[in-house]
Amino acid sequence: MSDGQPVVARGLVKRYGDVVAVAGVDLTVEPGDVFGYLGPNGAGKTTSLRMMLGLIRPTEGSAKLFGRDPLVDGVKALEGVAGFVEGPRFYPYLSGRKNLRLLADYDEPNSSSRIEEVLETVELRDRAKDRVGGYSHGMRQRLGIAAALLREPRLLLLDEPATGLDPAGMRDMRDLIRRLAGDGITIMLSSHLLYEVEELCNRVAIIRKGSIVYEGELGDLLATATTSYRLKTRDPERARTICLNQPGLGNVALGGDEISFSADEDAVALLSLALGHARVAITQLVADTQSLEELFLGMTGGDSSDHDQEEVA
Amino acid sequence: MVGVARVYRWEVAKLLAQKRTYLGLFTAMIVPIIFVVALEVQSGGPNDVPLGRYIRDSGVVTPLVVLLFMSIWGFPLITALVAGDIVASETHNGTLKTILTRSRERGQVFAGKALAAFTYTLAVVVAMGVVGVVAGSIAWGFHSFTSLSGTPVSAGRGLGLMFASLGVYVLPLAGIAAFGLLLSTITRNSAASVVSTLMFALFMQLIGVLPGTESIRPYLLGTQFDAWHGFLRTPADWTPIVRAAWVSAIYIVVPLFSAYLVFLRRDVAGE
Repeated sequence: MSDGQPVVARGLVKRYGDVVAVAGVDLTVEPGDVFGYLGPNGAGKTTSLRMMLGLIRPTEGSAKLFGRDPLVDGVKALEGVAGFVEGPRFYPYLSGRKNLRLLADYDEPNSSSRIEEVLETVELRDRAKDRVGGYSHGMRQRLGIAAALLREPRLLLLDEPATGLDPAGMRDMRDLIRRLAGDGITIMLSSHLLYEVEELCNRVAIIRKGSIVYEGELGDLLATATTSYRLKTRDPERARTICLNQPGLGNVALGGDEISFSADEDAVALLSLALGHARVAITQLVADTQSLEELFLGMTGGDSSDHDQEEVA
Repeated sequence: MVGVARVYRWEVAKLLAQKRTYLGLFTAMIVPIIFVVALEVQSGGPNDVPLGRYIRDSGVVTPLVVLLFMSIWGFPLITALVAGDIVASETHNGTLKTILTRSRERGQVFAGKALAAFTYTLAVVVAMGVVGVVAGSIAWGFHSFTSLSGTPVSAGRGLGLMFASLGVYVLPLAGIAAFGLLLSTITRNSAASVVSTLMFALFMQLIGVLPGTESIRPYLLGTQFDAWHGFLRTPADWTPIVRAAWVSAIYIVVPLFSAYLVFLRRDVAGE
């Protein structure tokens, strides 16, 4: 057993010639975290995960897993660590069980005694004798988790675990991750699915164009969200005037018969009294809390994949 | 060593689960049968090649004559089919990252793969030899035959010499396998490395027949495919055999070690 935080990345850079895939990633995953690694496609998530797993060499900086650097310590740095990048891959001409047997033989200590147990965990036991070539995408994802669990990891690194799954598959995957986290496994998962992160993660890092633009508690991030309101009344013009004169309201705008403004709860309470006092009947007052998605889009500049280096990598 | 043995065992298991493995093996086994059948239905023979005139004397001669015909591209192609594919296909399928994130060092993974590729090379040559002797013996019997020096060789001793010849023949073929491994590691593209390996083998043969290359000819890989003739002389001529050993060793070690270094350091990224 080694010491140190599950993941510590410092100044991680990966360049391919003139192309910068990862421009400088600093992040820390703490024990017990379900850590969401968020970013648009091509922002550098997969490339940084590859560096953490020792699959590619960083141009600069280091990534340490429980205090060990894969670049220095080789596969010893992966003790207690498992996961996959860019989707789990298996030998299509071997059965699911045989693939796991192979990987168990590649583990130290040999993990073959756990094969049936992990197949049970991911509910693949019935299909384990079939060739992986005939598996659906969802089954491969689950086999990927099974292969990772063989190692009895303390840290799971999962790259887009729910991508490409149907809604039921996604829900199953989230349930599985929640269960594994409940068992005390630290999990770092990359995703561009915000509700997935919102549902599962306690801490997040957001990467944009190869650099981290936010790292911290998910709750803290959501607390920075502003709340806006939509108001409909019987007399929009008078309501607008009242809103403009009401303390604590900002960004008041009238569009059609609907007024929008930003405010906190106390200011909204006072506004409703003021409207009542002026005999302006309210027909609708709706709060629009800024979602993680809007925060995310704000931070990532709304770009999706103009920095598409994962394919180059 | 345990780690390498485990990887090796699985590399062999993977080869046994793939069609291309059997394609090469089947080819190596069917060629001597076709050869025997063709000679049975017609009266001529490969009289212009060493031992060709004695092909109908004994089944032991069959594999040795087939070796000559398989040297140009038959065995190099079969060898390239596996050696050129063994790393590249895993890069392409993304399984390399699967196995490199377990507990085996990259060096162990590479060693297991290289051993499996060499095992295959040896297996196809031996398979051709065994099938050739059996098919030839069914057609013409298991008799004594005439050596390259014109002296008689008993069937039993001839069988021993035949297997020794196959052993020497495998050495330059292993050089081709090593080159295939290097390309497989560098190019990450199975088809490209298989084809390029075959081109390399053909190129090596080509240099050997060009005028003006006489001085370097003994040190070309293609030349070593004939080294086994030394065993079929009386007394045995060890000069070409010893040279085949060290010349092939160079052709094996240089690409193999280069591939090893590349494999240790290379980025395992998307296909």
